[in-house]
Amino acid sequence: MSMINYAAREISCKIVYYGPGLGGKTTNLEHVYGRVQPNTRGKLISLATETERTLFFDFLPVDLGTIRGFKTRFHLYTVPGQVYYNASRKLILKSVDGIVFVADSQVERMEANQEAMQNLYENMLEYGYDLSAMPFVIQYNKRDLPNAAPLRELQAALNPGFEVFDSQKQRIAPDPYHAGENLIEQIPTGEWVERAPYFEAVAVTGDGVFDTLKAVSKLVLKTLA
Amino acid sequence: MRSLQQFLYDSNARCALLVDRSGQLVATVGEQPRFDATAFATLTAADFSANDQLARLIGETEFNSLFHQGEQESMYLVDIARRVILVILFDNRTTLGLVRLKVKTTVEELARLFTAMFQRARDTMHEPNILAGAEDEIDRLFQ
Repeated sequence: MSMINYAAREISCKIVYYGPGLGGKTTNLEHVYGRVQPNTRGKLISLATETERTLFFDFLPVDLGTIRGFKTRFHLYTVPGQVYYNASRKLILKSVDGIVFVADSQVERMEANQEAMQNLYENMLEYGYDLSAMPFVIQYNKRDLPNAAPLRELQAALNPGFEVFDSQKQRIAPDPYHAGENLIEQIPTGEWVERAPYFEAVAVTGDGVFDTLKAVSKLVLKTLA
Repeated sequence: MRSLQQFLYDSNARCALLVDRSGQLVATVGEQPRFDATAFATLTAADFSANDQLARLIGETEFNSLFHQGEQESMYLVDIARRVILVILFDNRTTLGLVRLKVKTTVEELARLFTAMFQRARDTMHEPNILAGAEDEIDRLFQ
């Protein structure tokens, strides 16, 4: 839940990077840490095992600018990806404002991606949060690898869209990030669906990392507007 | 705040921090911490949440307070109204016993205060929205 501190004139929001193990969630944060001005970010905290696998979470606070005189401060968290860390993964989702799902584009990780997505739905549901009503962005990472699955397959498997029942919302909404594509549209079977914005990325080189962060931050702030 | 200042004076503890359960720092009283308070607040909330889960595993509903002992510095964490965590940092000039004894009334007072505050917040859900109509400004920020 975002917090507005009137005394410090600060808005704090929580963004969680979710996804399968070794998908690049921590790498996303490390890139952000390395690229933003030191005076606009805090320390990168990593609770990791000796082999650098995230054990509990990584945490990085960043300031993304000022709106209406309020500093916008985003607390970025990653969760541990491995299946058996679900208890700690669920804890991190508490009071979340926006979610980035970092998918591993490699063909052989498709099942792990789907499992992680299913796990995200389940954990959100247990908190009573509605993922379809929350700022949610998908990042297809590792696009540079030769065994990366085609985008269309990834979209079909991980981002088929939530059905839109509200007739007010049943109108075409173009995807601002991909010309010629829509976020809300009617599919051939007649239902209206809304997909999450998606981004292609190579987190190790930083490609797509800030595009993803900006998109989810913008969605989070718009929920306050 | 006055209650916390009085507590620090009575117990000889160094400082007290109030941290929201989601990991946001709410207030600091006493000596200004020389560490990264944002990171500290996040880790405090995570510490408390992890211990809540541990409590459930052994059949308790929660651990209401936690104590971490160091050679020089120690900390005592206590839950306030299930929404906020009070963290007390203290050194060898006082003892855990005194801190626990003196903090009791402060915790009760803060619990009453926060419960009333959250109730008020629930009753008046329609606060003026500071970002209302700021869509253009948000778009410009992310251009």
